[in-house]
Amino acid sequence: MAEKMTGAEMVIQALTDQGVEHIFGYPGGAALPIYDAMFQQDFVKHILVRHEQGATHMAEGYARSTGKPGVVLVTSGPGATNAVTGLTDALLDSIPLVCITAQVPTTLIGTDAFQECDTVGITRSCTKHNYLVKSIEDLPRILHEAFLIATTGRPGPVVIDIPKDIQFAVGEYFRPEAETLRHQSYRPQVDGDLAAIETAIDLMLKAERPIFYTGGGVINAGPEASENLRELAELTGFPVTSTLMGLGAFPASNPQWMGMLGMHGTYEANMAMHDCDVMINIGARFDDRITGRIDAFSPNSTKIHVDIDPASINKVVQVHVPIIGDCNRVLEEMIRIWRSRTNAPRTEAIAGWWTQIQKWRDVGSLNFKNSDTVIKPQWAIQRLYEATRKQSKEVFITTEVGQHQMWAAQHFHFDQPNHWMTSGGLGTMGYGLPAAVGVQVAHPDALVIDIAGEASVQMTMQELSTAVQYRLPVKIFILNNERMGMVRQWQDLLHGSRYAHSYSESLPDFVKLAEAYGAKGIKCDTPAELDAAIADMLDHDGPVLFDVLVEKDENCLPMIPSGKPHNEIILPDTANIGDIIDEKGRQLV
Amino acid sequence: MNAHLQPTGSAYFLTQETQLSERHTLSVLVDNEPGILARVVGLFSARGFNIESLTVSETEHDKRLSRITVVVIATPKVLVQIKAQLERLVPVHRVHDLTAEGAYLERELALIKVNGTGDHRAETLRLADAFRAQIVDATVESFVFEVTGKPSKIDSFIALMQPLGLVEVVRTGLAAINRGPEGM
Repeated sequence: MAEKMTGAEMVIQALTDQGVEHIFGYPGGAALPIYDAMFQQDFVKHILVRHEQGATHMAEGYARSTGKPGVVLVTSGPGATNAVTGLTDALLDSIPLVCITAQVPTTLIGTDAFQECDTVGITRSCTKHNYLVKSIEDLPRILHEAFLIATTGRPGPVVIDIPKDIQFAVGEYFRPEAETLRHQSYRPQVDGDLAAIETAIDLMLKAERPIFYTGGGVINAGPEASENLRELAELTGFPVTSTLMGLGAFPASNPQWMGMLGMHGTYEANMAMHDCDVMINIGARFDDRITGRIDAFSPNSTKIHVDIDPASINKVVQVHVPIIGDCNRVLEEMIRIWRSRTNAPRTEAIAGWWTQIQKWRDVGSLNFKNSDTVIKPQWAIQRLYEATRKQSKEVFITTEVGQHQMWAAQHFHFDQPNHWMTSGGLGTMGYGLPAAVGVQVAHPDALVIDIAGEASVQMTMQELSTAVQYRLPVKIFILNNERMGMVRQWQDLLHGSRYAHSYSESLPDFVKLAEAYGAKGIKCDTPAELDAAIADMLDHDGPVLFDVLVEKDENCLPMIPSGKPHNEIILPDTANIGDIIDEKGRQLV
Repeated sequence: MNAHLQPTGSAYFLTQETQLSERHTLSVLVDNEPGILARVVGLFSARGFNIESLTVSETEHDKRLSRITVVVIATPKVLVQIKAQLERLVPVHRVHDLTAEGAYLERELALIKVNGTGDHRAETLRLADAFRAQIVDATVESFVFEVTGKPSKIDSFIALMQPLGLVEVVRTGLAAINRGPEGM
């Protein structure tokens, strides 16, 4: 049932047909026809951001907390280039985004026109796929294909660059059938190879020191995947650890939970990864923050790797049993085959392993020395966590990037998937505030908190204005140490404590800043007053900027230093971290 | 089974690469759409893979399909990555590693301009005949030869022309196809 309409109307119609209720964007000359079409309807609601990077992070927060694609609309030139950071962030963390960029009219492309840039050229390497629409006949197919590509297989960002004359052109709109839409060359493999899954179960049935190493792929495979992971863990009795991106897929309150692994992961998780005999990687990609030194990474284990992206297999670590497929489908099969072999978990066979794990747990790698006089950042997060547990509302956490992010991952505990939004792969400072805004748009009644640092939050501070405009009651919990804490820590580790530009000078008065934006500002620098101040923040019905003045030179530990294997992790009682990394390790990031 | 475990490369691999590089010819079937060549070339540069030779042209006009023949020199582990990364591009239909998959044919075409008079000219013609090079342009003091064959044959012919007045060479890069009845 083709219908005649303009390109701009097609954009809005396609969004409506895709069930997109919210888009994040910023208008400009080349995008005006689409904005005009949007003005004349009610279904698609537009959130006006203050900077296009904010729009992309909002869409990421929206997508990650709902499982639906996030949609961004920006203008040509600077609108598109400002979106690049968020697109790259979404690519590295496999977040489904559809970003519509306006372009100068086709007749002006290549003439260095006002607000022209080579958007498809610039975004080619930071998107899963991108399109330049050159004909109105192609537009309906491209719009729907973009959603298919963004959301299926390994999810990611897709850019559609639409020149202004195409937005004005009239053509026939149609919604392609899923089958005809399916790109001939684009067929992600979702069902894992059965023989490989059986081999994996055979190995798991003989394992004496097994570990599940799970990642963001479990979250991306939908809530059923998390349910199935829980079931498989219960059936097998194996310990579970997760990457930063996978937190929440397995409940932190479960006794089989080992905490996060990797550079700032727990001692028990990292030691278990190093010493295991069977590693079951589900939806993680052996990132360098996880593996540490590759040639000493889990040297004696047989490795099973479940991933929907064939390019992730054997990219970094050579595995014995690769299984290409959707985490949820593979987990379902694993459960079915395990059940067909046995009804009991391997409790006895792995009892010795659990005894060893308990010894590692007893080390208490997340411990820290608390203080009566100064607020410790870890303690602030623990108090925030305790306060939120008493809330009847659903709680979502976003973070910026740095020490506070790692402390949040260590000390804020998640029992549900899709409730933890953080920039893992790209490590984008400034992600958390706009991501929180995006989460709050999707979940207006929830409690959404951005655990932030004073340096990161200033990178996208302006989005507080967006929160105020749309009455989005996000809470920005700033752990303010007047340092770029992680940079400072690395300068201690690697550069003789020469703190080149890693301190925050001329900080704004965050309370006054909040008030200037029309939000509430709170400041706290005394441990005894923290609980009351947190309660004050949570009780306020509106956006809050909470400035928590914390210990300035706290190190984020435990830590696996660059170039070291998992079993050479630095524990919290280490006095001088400056002597640990050797010359070669210094060259690594 | 653990004995199979080989250390692999990454930013965190501190020892030397132990695998030897091999020369492989890949045949890549793609949708002939704007930007496809940039996607393929961009992938190679972004991930640090090297291209030795690249040929691209539309091969099935009705289906808008192009065939890209790309020659790479890489370790076996990197070759697997190159193939997987190429297949991940949305407009890429299939990638075949012709070198790994059995017998295949390789051909290249070159146009070669040689100046010369007198004895040199006669010698040039004799050699061209031996290499089955066609004369596609001639003046009283120059020839342009068209020669096709394996890259090694073209290399030899160019080397022989060097002392006889070689002016310039253009080469198409490699086109390759597997032997036998099976198509890609």
